[in-house]
Amino acid sequence: MKYLSEYRNPEMVERYIEEIGKIATKNWTIMEVCGGQTHSLVKNGLLNLLPEKVQMVHGPGCPVCVTPINLIDKAVYLAEEKGVILCSFGDMLRVPGAKKSLLEAKASGADVRILYSPLEAVKLAKENPQKEVVFFAVGFETTAPANALSVIHAQREGLKNYSILTSHVLVPPAMEAVINDETAVIQGFLAAGHVCTIVGISEYYPIAEKYNIPIVVTGFEPVDLLQGIYMTVKQLEEGRNDLENQYSRVVKPEGNPEAIKVIEKVFQVCDREWRGIGTIPNSGYELRPEFAEFDANIKFSINIEKVEENKECIAGLVLKGVKKPHQCPQFGKKCTPLNPLGAPMVSSEGACAAYYHFSQISDSE
Amino acid sequence: MCLAIPGKITSIESRYDGLVRMAKVLFGGITKEASLEMVPQAQIGDYVLIHVGVAISLIDEAEAKKTFEYLEGIGELEELMPIN
Ligand code: SF4
Repeated sequence: MKYLSEYRNPEMVERYIEEIGKIATKNWTIMEVCGGQTHSLVKNGLLNLLPEKVQMVHGPGCPVCVTPINLIDKAVYLAEEKGVILCSFGDMLRVPGAKKSLLEAKASGADVRILYSPLEAVKLAKENPQKEVVFFAVGFETTAPANALSVIHAQREGLKNYSILTSHVLVPPAMEAVINDETAVIQGFLAAGHVCTIVGISEYYPIAEKYNIPIVVTGFEPVDLLQGIYMTVKQLEEGRNDLENQYSRVVKPEGNPEAIKVIEKVFQVCDREWRGIGTIPNSGYELRPEFAEFDANIKFSINIEKVEENKECIAGLVLKGVKKPHQCPQFGKKCTPLNPLGAPMVSSEGACAAYYHFSQISDSE
Repeated sequence: MCLAIPGKITSIESRYDGLVRMAKVLFGGITKEASLEMVPQAQIGDYVLIHVGVAISLIDEAEAKKTFEYLEGIGELEELMPIN
């Protein structure tokens, strides 16, 4: 367990923990949707400080974790069989596909590269005109403007050798899917601050109203998270189901209009398959037909067999908040960050990896 | 990869016939390039939140410093480091 003095603002952390304890009269289960928040809650030891009445469950908000196995296999295929330069964010490379991960493809000679930004992939395409460059574009709303911009920049450069393999997911439909799941136990949500920085908060009003559930848009530092939890518990205790914004110093209600413009220019909403959860209607972005020449799915005929996910991995239950990572029989045994069975053990935003790295829970329970 | 990291704009150059502004952004001791297309009002000296090479929001200096120190303190700045 962390010592309070280790926090940047120990008095505030202590005060919020105390206040949450004071106002919580019943048991409440709250889901933080964003994997970055999961990571922060676990890494900062906040789960151990919260009163027992307030249970946090961890949501599906890790784009790496919910990218379907089939898309990983497509990326591996493009790198190995089509000889493309396949690039993506670091976390994507270790996610296991049916046969191998991108990192394993790289080890056996494929040109797979880790990039910090999709804009670097455009530069790479410009520098390597004789090669095809594919960016594996994963992400939630936060990452959509960057991936969209890469396509716009490539178009401006007149590049014919750049395309993206999209696995873009959206938060609000995932929240609805989690609420509608018959096994769900969630009574309140912390919504993801950086996602709302881009798209604003208006999409969450109808969810709060339709499902009678409080939603608090929250940042990711310890004091933000505790304040968000406090605001949610207060609403629950008072019987309110409002949308509130804890992170208003960064999140404007209307989001970032320029970013929304770019997203809408390049992407359109589509159904998406979520690893471990299944297909959720209208839960992702795909390239608009006008940008088809930048769509790796269209550009390359990719014919690979769809395979089943590893049955031993209960990622679907973990991503819906039904099970905690350490309740998975494989956790820390067959499944570790170095040898992950499922994606939540790979990404630093994945709940299984967060528990494995930072929490003693697996030993003590 | 989902992090947005605050940094300070140290220079701005325009590309594509002035259509795109790209900035050098300083994070502690590390400089990275970022697009300013989502923050048209940003100027040299401003603080911005950068996510995978794109500035997504202007923030004030105090907030930027506080968040940067937090991220640095808990070792979350790996993605800024040179890769490979
Ligand atoms: S611990 Fe491993 S096997 Fe179990 S749910 Fe998490 S990723 Fe899947």
